[in-house]
Amino acid sequence: MQLQESVGMALNAIRVNKLRSVLTLLGIGVGVFSIIGVMTAMGVLQNAIENGVSDLGANTFQIQKFPIGNFNDNSRWRLRNRKNITYEQADMFYDRMKLAKFVGLEVWEFGKVVEYKKIKTNPSVQVAGESIDGLATNNWNVEDGRSFTNQEVQSAANVIVIGSDVVKKLFPIGNPIGELIRVDGRQYKVIGTLVNKGGMLGGTQGNLVVMPITTHMNTYGKERSVNIMVTARDQKTYNDVLEFSRGVLRVIRQVPPGEPDDFEFFSNETIIAQFNDTTFMIKIGAVGIACIALLAAGIGIMNIMLVSVTERTKEIGIRKALGATKYNVLSQFLTESVVFSQIGGVIGIITGSIMGNIVSLLLDAPPVYPWNNSVAILQTPFLDFTALQMNITALIFCSFIGIVFGVYPAWKAANLDPIEALRFE
Amino acid sequence: MQPVINIKNVKKTYIMGTVEVNALVDVSIRIQKNEYVAIMGPSGSGKSTLMNVIGCLDTPTSGLYEFNGVNVGDMNDNELAKIRNKDIGFVFQTFNLLARSDALHNVELPLIYSGMKKTDRKVRAEEALGHVRLEDRMHHKPNELSGGQRQRVAIARALVTNPSIILADEPTGNLDSKTGVEIMGLFNDLHAQGNTIILVTHEEDIARHAHRIIRVRDGLIEKDFMVEDRVLPGVNV
Ligand SMILES: Nc1ncnc2c1ncn2[C@@H]1O[C@H](COP(=O)(O)OP(=O)(O)OP(=O)(O)O)[C@@H](O)[C@H]1O
Ligand SMILES: [Mg+2]
Repeated sequence: MQLQESVGMALNAIRVNKLRSVLTLLGIGVGVFSIIGVMTAMGVLQNAIENGVSDLGANTFQIQKFPIGNFNDNSRWRLRNRKNITYEQADMFYDRMKLAKFVGLEVWEFGKVVEYKKIKTNPSVQVAGESIDGLATNNWNVEDGRSFTNQEVQSAANVIVIGSDVVKKLFPIGNPIGELIRVDGRQYKVIGTLVNKGGMLGGTQGNLVVMPITTHMNTYGKERSVNIMVTARDQKTYNDVLEFSRGVLRVIRQVPPGEPDDFEFFSNETIIAQFNDTTFMIKIGAVGIACIALLAAGIGIMNIMLVSVTERTKEIGIRKALGATKYNVLSQFLTESVVFSQIGGVIGIITGSIMGNIVSLLLDAPPVYPWNNSVAILQTPFLDFTALQMNITALIFCSFIGIVFGVYPAWKAANLDPIEALRFE
Repeated sequence: MQPVINIKNVKKTYIMGTVEVNALVDVSIRIQKNEYVAIMGPSGSGKSTLMNVIGCLDTPTSGLYEFNGVNVGDMNDNELAKIRNKDIGFVFQTFNLLARSDALHNVELPLIYSGMKKTDRKVRAEEALGHVRLEDRMHHKPNELSGGQRQRVAIARALVTNPSIILADEPTGNLDSKTGVEIMGLFNDLHAQGNTIILVTHEEDIARHAHRIIRVRDGLIEKDFMVEDRVLPGVNV
């Protein structure tokens, strides 16, 4: 008997027992949904991060006082006595790092209001203070106007370069260059605008203004740690530059030999690696939930199939009386449970993908489509999975569940005695 | 000549808790190819049980059953399924139609299991339904058909595989005499084409279409005789 025949019978059986079918499909659907939803959401986040969470350019690493991200209370306690990287230390570092292509120094202030005439932004603008190389190491490009000059940095001039979101908000029409704007109530002259690089985590890519680091420190205070960004000339010298800068900074910060560094390195790669570390547990959790949901759904399928076999005893008797073999009956019921779990799986994949990509809408990050085959959304020590591979695996797994939990009811059906089955009312 | 059906000292006992019901006590029958046999007997005498045994649906408690010289007791499930599918057309007393499928699909069913292509299947099933004059009821489900129409669907299903043996348990039980005569005409035609026909009936008129009548009582064969005043094919009574 052809597969088409069995699938047709299966769909028919599902149509006939609508409510019961829906309940079981729901079980499978929830299982697949939870796993695909979480994985897609994580994939979207990762995509966003890979698209430049730190904005560091190629061959660039950053040095700062504390590790980024969620270091736990334990290490926070351990590292609490670390001294700031002062501007003087950073400047000294800059002077000694002729080996590097760029050395940018930066400080940040968050959640500020920028005004132009009567127009105000939300109190969400990020204010960066950058040294002369800072724009290059951050991979920020000037669209209109210019960046600041050495002289402006030396003299802590009140000049400012503004991000595209700020341009959009304050200068919907007209040219911002040369205009005076207020940040946090202080006045600056706009000398340039930044190229919009698209969204990133939190959607703040263009929601920033950049002033000379000296101006920033005069305004917001010197008691803060400076971040140092270093760009190597190329990939080949990257590691040498990194090791050299470690030595230089240890000397500047007078770290005794044998003591660990009192500062942290990171690069895009380390950020991604760290992100993967933290999300790995979430993903494992999602897999766990999905497994439990799928197990429950599997038992649900088995239950439905058993009820179905009992209800359809007479039908089985008729089929056997007309020449259906054990194999025919077995494959009919197995197909039914597999078709069942497949439909549930497809529903789960669709809803899960939608759910996961809602995250991408919220973050203004690029979506991860279910057929995406280039971004690994689940990295395990053994195998990486793209969205497409993930979904295919989910469907295969669903078939597997359909078979495992369908085999007993199907076997039961196949072994019914035709005469007894025919007598069943 | 080797009989198509050779039943020797067959016994069928049903055990209901502590009570034993001897549906067939000791039955021996030989039926040759192209015989036309009517089985008669009072209700509960074991006629349907005997038909189930002959149709390879039920296995006797003891005794021998040879089908075309092969011991049915030695056959495995697949071989039995194949015989039921290819060699035997069974018209059940209770029709046994699939309640959720229409007449056409019910008639197609045996062809599905014989592996026939979908398009051929449909043609054959429509043809069989035409024989029982149900062309205009092909897409009705059993509960949308009258008792007689259901019986005719069951007959069409038994004929559709063109089996060499037709087993019909009260095939005219639900039919008016005119339709009954038509159906008997169908059986007569099949017999004329060389098929073996075994039917169960209460009605003497129907039984007289056959060559041979076997009377069953209390699980035993009471009488087994040739019909002298046979109703000839095509002759209306
Ligand atoms: N599965 C069964 N379990 C127990 N007893 C059974 C079973 N099948 C048949 N019997 C008994 O076997 C006897 C013969 O039954 P059978 O159905 O063969 O009668 P029948 O001659 O076909 O009667 P009818 O003319 O009413 O159809 C009856 O007494 C019946 O109660
Ligand atoms: Mg009967």
